[in-house]
Amino acid sequence: MEPLVKHRGIAALLPRINVDTDQIIPKQFMKRTEKSGYGKYLFSNWKYREDGSLDPDFELNREAFKGASILVAGDNFGCGSSREHAPWAISDHGFKVIISTSFADIFFSNCFKNGLLPVTVSAEALKSLSDEIEASPGVSFDVDVENQELITPGGTVIRYGLDPFRKESLMKGMDDIDWTLKHADKIYGFEEKLRMTTPWLWKGYGIKPL
Amino acid sequence: MGRNMYEKIWDAHVIHEKNGQTPIIYVDRHLMHEVTSPQAFSGLREKSRKVRRPDFCLATMDHVVPTKDRDKPISDAVAKKQVETLAANCEEFGVRCFDMTSEKQGVIHVIAPEQGFVHPGMIVVCGDSHTATHGAFGSLAFGIGTSEVEHVMATQSLQQKRSKTMGVTFQGKLPSGVSAKDLALALIGRIGTAGGTGYVMEFAGDTVRDLSMEGRMTLCNMAIEAGARAGMVAPDEKTEAYLKGRDFAPQGREFDQAAAYWKTFTSDEDAAFDKELVIRADEIVPQVTWGTSPEQVTDVTGCVPHPDKQGSDEARKACENALAYMGLEPGTPVVDISIDYVFIGSCTNGRIEDFREAAAMICGGKVHPNVTAIVVPGSGLVKKQAEEEGLHKIFLAAGFEWREPGCSMCLAMNDDVLQPGQRCASTSNRNFEGRQGQGGRTHLVSPAMAAAAAIAGKFTDIR
Repeated sequence: MEPLVKHRGIAALLPRINVDTDQIIPKQFMKRTEKSGYGKYLFSNWKYREDGSLDPDFELNREAFKGASILVAGDNFGCGSSREHAPWAISDHGFKVIISTSFADIFFSNCFKNGLLPVTVSAEALKSLSDEIEASPGVSFDVDVENQELITPGGTVIRYGLDPFRKESLMKGMDDIDWTLKHADKIYGFEEKLRMTTPWLWKGYGIKPL
Repeated sequence: MGRNMYEKIWDAHVIHEKNGQTPIIYVDRHLMHEVTSPQAFSGLREKSRKVRRPDFCLATMDHVVPTKDRDKPISDAVAKKQVETLAANCEEFGVRCFDMTSEKQGVIHVIAPEQGFVHPGMIVVCGDSHTATHGAFGSLAFGIGTSEVEHVMATQSLQQKRSKTMGVTFQGKLPSGVSAKDLALALIGRIGTAGGTGYVMEFAGDTVRDLSMEGRMTLCNMAIEAGARAGMVAPDEKTEAYLKGRDFAPQGREFDQAAAYWKTFTSDEDAAFDKELVIRADEIVPQVTWGTSPEQVTDVTGCVPHPDKQGSDEARKACENALAYMGLEPGTPVVDISIDYVFIGSCTNGRIEDFREAAAMICGGKVHPNVTAIVVPGSGLVKKQAEEEGLHKIFLAAGFEWREPGCSMCLAMNDDVLQPGQRCASTSNRNFEGRQGQGGRTHLVSPAMAAAAAIAGKFTDIR
């Protein structure tokens, strides 16, 4: 996973609430067995009209948002299914940061597994960021992971919360499995203990260290 | 101070916990399907890793499988590859898989309970948000992403932050014609789809105690639609009776030993929750969603709302968008909404009790000439039991189609797809735009409401 320490990029505004993972990556693109190449399907049902042309009414199709890497969206972003195809598509499309007033739990956690930073801000802050984008479409924001700050050219500075472990993981591009395997002996020890508590689940199964 | 059920299960599964680090918890059950597992298996293969506990895993094909012409190969080449990939992966890594030739195949959240695979006190995960279903057994069950699927495969554990807890108490006797589905929809209508974000919900109260295991599964299944990662119900004698004798339940003396252990996970009398909510179940009437989010729901006696009456600008805009997509006018009574399609099935309502309730509404009636109605059993065993009870004959005689098990039109990844503009009364869990087919319009209802709508050609108050 690529580390994310500092990022500067165009902020695109998607002023919709309850954006669900079915919209982020419609199910017709989930039959693939690969992990990459989902970017072109991002928001596919909203992005295109029936004849396959770009829908000019879809907010992210605005010319000013071309090449955007920061997505600013309404409340409860990423609700619905657990599909990691959603952050895969967002990331593959070129986004690095998503800003909203709240995120659905599974989506939020999936973002970090893919080097994507979800930033939760207050309703007032979201309004101020949205206003700034509307006032100067194509504006770029700065996101500083280490200092947990979001800075706009309009002078807004937002300090956001970030779990210290997730922050470290994001900044170093850490691999979760590698990290957990550092505690392999603890997992094995735990299983040894469990075998005593719930023997009916462990019959005929010899456990070995990881 | 006592502990609640979530806290007890959590505490019993913490492997590693250190300040400033995400805790590592142990996973007892890992369920898999064809859509969210292939990339995880590939990840294992790239690093030459094994599945740590193949005996703790159960896999099946459900999302993309066809529900008719099962004797023929799958016509969609990409779907076919996904199904074959799961079979090959399970073979290679030693994971038990009920494939399309097995009568135990079906929707993963229907077959795992049916096999007695999930027990109280367990932590259960699956790359699927409706894993919440299994909380009905007093387990902590939640959906995970594919990276986490790989993590669980490799380490039998998960890095997970502790959730907040919400106690949701339903009080009073469910009125006739009102089911667990209506409880869930009414709850979501009240707190919204983000109302439970950050929480795990424990459902309690006399209404919940009176629900069958099937009803509890429906309720817990929809917890995710309220934003909660998991829903759970304390195990009791119904839970034990359901599990007893099933293939993966402990047998004989061990069952009693296990049952005693399961009881230790119920919330203490003096346990506290971060948030508590009490809902009068005896005041709930059948629910129908009118929009494109499960929170856009109203009583069957109600009307499609007016965007101007929504609380915020954002809600007004969401309401306008939803009405435009759904092709509905504000003020239209719900019972005046005509439908084209009926889908009875899914991990929410694809169990035997759901089919009994739906069949009971038919009473010799016929599916309305303007309506296509399909019934899709949640599993091969549900199908078999329904046929033993003669339910399929009731559906077929009324003009419903009786299909093979799978997720089917809940998310329309197979051939069961709405055409643009078609309106469906569906027993599934999500009414998102395009969920049942691009341009398709979904109204979420209970199985009895769906069956009644199939006959009437529009929504009716079944009470």
